[in-house]
Amino acid sequence: MMKKIILYILLIASALAIFFPILYAFSASLMSTREIFSGALIPASPSVESYGQAFNRVPLLQFLTNSFIVSFVVMIGQLIVCSLAAYAFVFIPFKGRGIIFALFISTMLIPWEATVIPNYFTILNLGWVNTYQGLTVPFFALAFGIFLLRQHFLTIPKEIFESAQMDGCSRFRFYWNFVLPLSKSTLSALGIYGFLTTWNMYLWPLLVTSNNDVRTVQIGLKMMIAQESSTSWNMVMAAVVMILLPTLLLLFFGLKHIRKGLMAGAIKG
Amino acid sequence: MIIGGILMGKRIVKAKNKSDKKQWKLFASGVLYLLPALIVISVFLFYPMLKTLYFSFFVTTAGGVTQDFVGAGHYSRLLQSGAFQTSMWATFKFVLYTVPTGIVFALFLAVIANEKLKGMAFFRVIFSSTLGVSVAAGATIWLFLFHPTLGVLNNILAVFGIDGINWLTSSDWALVSVAITTIWMNIGFNFIVLLGGLQNIPEELYESSRIDGAGYWHQLFKITLPMLSPTLFFVSVVTLINSFQTFGQIDILTGGGPSNSTNLIVYSIYREAFYNGRFGYASAQAIVLFFIILIFTVLQFKVGERKVHYQ
Repeated sequence: MMKKIILYILLIASALAIFFPILYAFSASLMSTREIFSGALIPASPSVESYGQAFNRVPLLQFLTNSFIVSFVVMIGQLIVCSLAAYAFVFIPFKGRGIIFALFISTMLIPWEATVIPNYFTILNLGWVNTYQGLTVPFFALAFGIFLLRQHFLTIPKEIFESAQMDGCSRFRFYWNFVLPLSKSTLSALGIYGFLTTWNMYLWPLLVTSNNDVRTVQIGLKMMIAQESSTSWNMVMAAVVMILLPTLLLLFFGLKHIRKGLMAGAIKG
Repeated sequence: MIIGGILMGKRIVKAKNKSDKKQWKLFASGVLYLLPALIVISVFLFYPMLKTLYFSFFVTTAGGVTQDFVGAGHYSRLLQSGAFQTSMWATFKFVLYTVPTGIVFALFLAVIANEKLKGMAFFRVIFSSTLGVSVAAGATIWLFLFHPTLGVLNNILAVFGIDGINWLTSSDWALVSVAITTIWMNIGFNFIVLLGGLQNIPEELYESSRIDGAGYWHQLFKITLPMLSPTLFFVSVVTLINSFQTFGQIDILTGGGPSNSTNLIVYSIYREAFYNGRFGYASAQAIVLFFIILIFTVLQFKVGERKVHYQ
């Protein structure tokens, strides 16, 4: 009994400590400017006025839409490109696939930050600055994703493949009608992972966007801080809450899938 | 006999041709399925990695065209540069501040969240929550918390009659402040992975040790931690590599200052390249970053293999 009480105290204290910054951001977004300056913790009369300001003074809606488009496109792109590659590694016994697989895996050693300079020029030369292509295409192939899906495809019984072949099922139909439906949980783990990481991406969109047409919400937030922080922290915090909402919701509802994906990485990686 | 031999030979050649053809067909369709991934990885990872190496031997124009070959010139300049030494030193200190602390915190959370109690699902979600917080949003919240006059942290200090700290503008504190932000943001990921590791430890191990009369602490140090070591190892590799790649927090919180005390390596690359237009010099730093990460990854796996307990 004593142990239970101590545990609950520890749990509640830790939860408060960890969630405090997010709670406080939410609380500050409902405050008036005067309360922000007086250093209040909780607004006396909560108001959503600063949300309206955030949407009016900066094109927050545009930024959010851009982030949605970019994250969604990367997610779909990754799922297609990675699953096709993983399918080839598992179900097409061609010569040299071991070497190509090793080559793919070795890219996990290349930090993306070490490649940004030539990548920036590639995008510049393709005329992809300030375009959705420039923000999405470079991330379509993810070694981790190929690896994760390959591990899962290996668990699909070979007999299914053989009997499907016997029935004259083409390679692509087997991929589409059997392999993908049998891998739903791994695909959703990878999809959530891809969406989250793209939504949260910072350095790349900072480099390849220079106007508001395609700029993602993370860079929009940086702009907002530069413009507004000296006066309206409540508005900045309202923007922060709007940015956090989609990913926090995705995390809360997809936690099981994410854990599964991360664990597969942890155990095999 | 002879004719038969020739016939048989022909048949073998034919069969071989057939299997060659089949092999080739397999190869072609294999490559077809790999093609999208091959193209993207070649264009956006392999090519730029080689190009970075190439850039690092040249002085470039502001538009990124290579001009003069300087050989290892940039690298020898890096070794002598006080600014780069400051940046490397700050990077290593930052890694030291963030990696062990982040893992210890997350381990504590994972251990208390691994008990079977009512409402545990709620606590697990809360402890995972920072995984859903983007660098920009997280850093912005902390920018507000660190604010010298409006920030909660200095307000709390004021309650105890302590003078406010210049969290982000004093060179003693700026790196620590960025580290605090980073540790907080890493907790979600570390917690999820460590909790998963804990849940993979077979229950029977605890049961049999309980029969032997082992207490809580004995179990923690004799069963839990040794069995968890592969997961701890994985988490430490990932966070170590991540902290060498830190960028967003720096850009939002300090901009590399004050007096370069938070100018971590990726930020330094970014500034040299995209502010100062010195793409060659920045590329040399990027190559240094590549090798640091390579060395640490290999080292961790070599050391880890020996020390870590695998099932």
